[in-house]
Amino acid sequence: MRHLLAIDDLQREEIEAILDRAESFAEVGRRDIKKVPTLRGRTVVSLFYESSTRTSASFELAAKRLSADLVSLKAAGSSVDKGESLKDTCATLSAYDPAAIVIRHPYAGAAQLVAGWSEAAVVNAGDGKHEHPSQALLDLFTLRRRLDGLDGAKIWIVGDVLHSRVARSNLIAFRAMGAEVTVCGPPALIPRGIEQLGCAVSHSLDGLGEADIVYALRLQQERMKESFVPSLREYATHFQIDSRRLGPRQLLMHPGPVNRGVELSGEVIDSPQSLMTEQVASGLVVRMAILYELLAAGPERPLGATGEHEQGPTPIGQPA
Amino acid sequence: MSLATTLDMRPGEGADLVLRGATVLDPVAGIEGVHDVVVRGGEIAELATPGAELDGLEQVDAEGLHAFPAFFDPHVHLRTPGQEHKEDIETGSRSAAAGGYCGIVAMANTEPPVSTPADVEALREAARESASVPVGFLATVTRGMEGEELTEMAALRAAGALGFSDDGLPIRSARVLRRALQYQRLCGGTIALHEEDPELSGDGVMHEGPVSAALGLAGIPSVSESTMIARDAALALYEGGRIHVQHLSARESVEAVRAARAAGVQISCEASPHHLCLSDESVRSLDPRRHKMNPPLRSEDDRAALIEGLRDGTIDCVATDHAPHAAEEKEVPFEQAAMGVTGLETAFAALHTELVLPGTLDLALLIERLAGGAAPFGVERPGLAPGSEANIVLCDLGAEWTVGEEGYESRSQNSWCAGRKLTGRVLMTLAGGQVAYRLRSFSLGVAA
Repeated sequence: MRHLLAIDDLQREEIEAILDRAESFAEVGRRDIKKVPTLRGRTVVSLFYESSTRTSASFELAAKRLSADLVSLKAAGSSVDKGESLKDTCATLSAYDPAAIVIRHPYAGAAQLVAGWSEAAVVNAGDGKHEHPSQALLDLFTLRRRLDGLDGAKIWIVGDVLHSRVARSNLIAFRAMGAEVTVCGPPALIPRGIEQLGCAVSHSLDGLGEADIVYALRLQQERMKESFVPSLREYATHFQIDSRRLGPRQLLMHPGPVNRGVELSGEVIDSPQSLMTEQVASGLVVRMAILYELLAAGPERPLGATGEHEQGPTPIGQPA
Repeated sequence: MSLATTLDMRPGEGADLVLRGATVLDPVAGIEGVHDVVVRGGEIAELATPGAELDGLEQVDAEGLHAFPAFFDPHVHLRTPGQEHKEDIETGSRSAAAGGYCGIVAMANTEPPVSTPADVEALREAARESASVPVGFLATVTRGMEGEELTEMAALRAAGALGFSDDGLPIRSARVLRRALQYQRLCGGTIALHEEDPELSGDGVMHEGPVSAALGLAGIPSVSESTMIARDAALALYEGGRIHVQHLSARESVEAVRAARAAGVQISCEASPHHLCLSDESVRSLDPRRHKMNPPLRSEDDRAALIEGLRDGTIDCVATDHAPHAAEEKEVPFEQAAMGVTGLETAFAALHTELVLPGTLDLALLIERLAGGAAPFGVERPGLAPGSEANIVLCDLGAEWTVGEEGYESRSQNSWCAGRKLTGRVLMTLAGGQVAYRLRSFSLGVAA
């Protein structure tokens, strides 16, 4: 794997390899010293053109846990503020010879462009409403720890699918792992033609009982202004996941941040069926696994080896 | 009446040459056969039996090559004034000549837009200084393209505006378009319409459908175009006006034009080579340089409807909507990139490669439609009958070339064909009686 730009680019085996790797990092995470020397001497650039809490924090912590040097740039307060183009920013950052660039950008295809302009391995941390592959991977990892595989599992993705990169990446990822996916929401928030990605479409929660997993999406407040939904109240009446609609054997997920009382009721967020805290925890180890697979995996860089010193395999648990 | 006098171009010597043994095809004039095409003083003197003695003329060995009436493009953006870093009259007209065009119509959405008689006069003067092919200029329908007040349409016509268009933007207000159509009775001049309902297009950047759903890009629905065509056709019928619908992209639009024509509306329309050759599947590349334009590339079904419309005459002509943009406006994520692609240099070769060679479209029909854009703007159709002004394109239908490999005549590189291998190439163009273009590698024999 050269870059991680889209879930759409990955085969099931590649997804499983990342999840297996994440499992071994989860084991490292339980130790007192949680750092490994794998990326010592190599640089990871984190380039966030959009605000983010969990994604940027977990990627940055992942890079540090792998002993990489981290350059963290936010659009606000950087030369981007002064009108520098993405291409020129890339050229500037390339001077630091980064091993990886993790990029979040408000527009589709930005990570792909960076991959073309830079020598570094590029990780798409969200490009517009297109893809958010690391989110899909951490969601798969979270589910893997609860279920024996997703083959035949029924997953409902509920909410504002139109504006959600998470919906798109997860739909593709869930399908790749053998699940049957239904997307559900008001017609104006379900993109026309989405069924060609291999999912069912529903505009009512009536059939939600069939779902093994309910994946709720964030509804942004400004959607009302554009008449996507008449009001949050009307939306919640028809599409909120609450304790009445969520059955006891169903698992609940949400990429965060939640609008409490809009897409989810308070009591389901705090219920034992909710995997939301586990999703956040998975974020760290999966993002370590992603950086590892991109920068250290492969025959020439065995597990645990640093970038600079090819001295043969070092155990993953060796402290830095 | 000739293109050189109806429109504006740089004055020069009329061509004196003979295309020896060319396969001549002018489907409208009913000319088909191998001839020596004799051009004297910029006029087609005769279509002679091959091998005749002809003195004092440059001899062009055209054996195995095809001579067609040169093409006419009713929709190009020359970017003058204000955006000369993308294109100007000289580079744009050279680009047209390289594509086999003998006439082009420049849109008025410049900076500032062409809204006053002085603007039109200045552009015509510039064309007489630097245009290698005859150029016609449209003026805007509304002042500054603001969609509110009409321009002085009669004065603009008197200054030489060929017609009117706010291309780039639709005319939102039905009232404003109605007034323009009423005024048209006084001053003439076709009104060319960019049909799009901005309310429906919203912040869309590509065709709405499964591909936009997969890419997470905001979609522009087909009905954004067809509903406006239906509205404007009804207005044109009511006012007895003459409209030309620009860059049709969707099946519903073809049907709307067909219905309008059947109802007696004076309506003509165009389709672009990129809409005839590509679908929204191409947008999966997320490459805005080649695949972002407005209207957007639509579905395979829409493309099939456009081809059918071109065949049955619902669509009068091919128009490139040649829209040059600087590299930095395209080297950005898809949603941020400027809309538009260049197309003058590749229109014939692309359509020949994608539609004629596979047997989808007859060569003769393509030739007819490539010059079909003249009539809707009241310009005489270029033809090869003896006595006509020399507007001739000489093509090698077997020549293979890769677009962009030798650069472009246009100042911009945002060709939708960039990197494509095409079959069929323009070797030489005569426009307005002058030799406007010769491919560098096409060597010429000279008369003894």
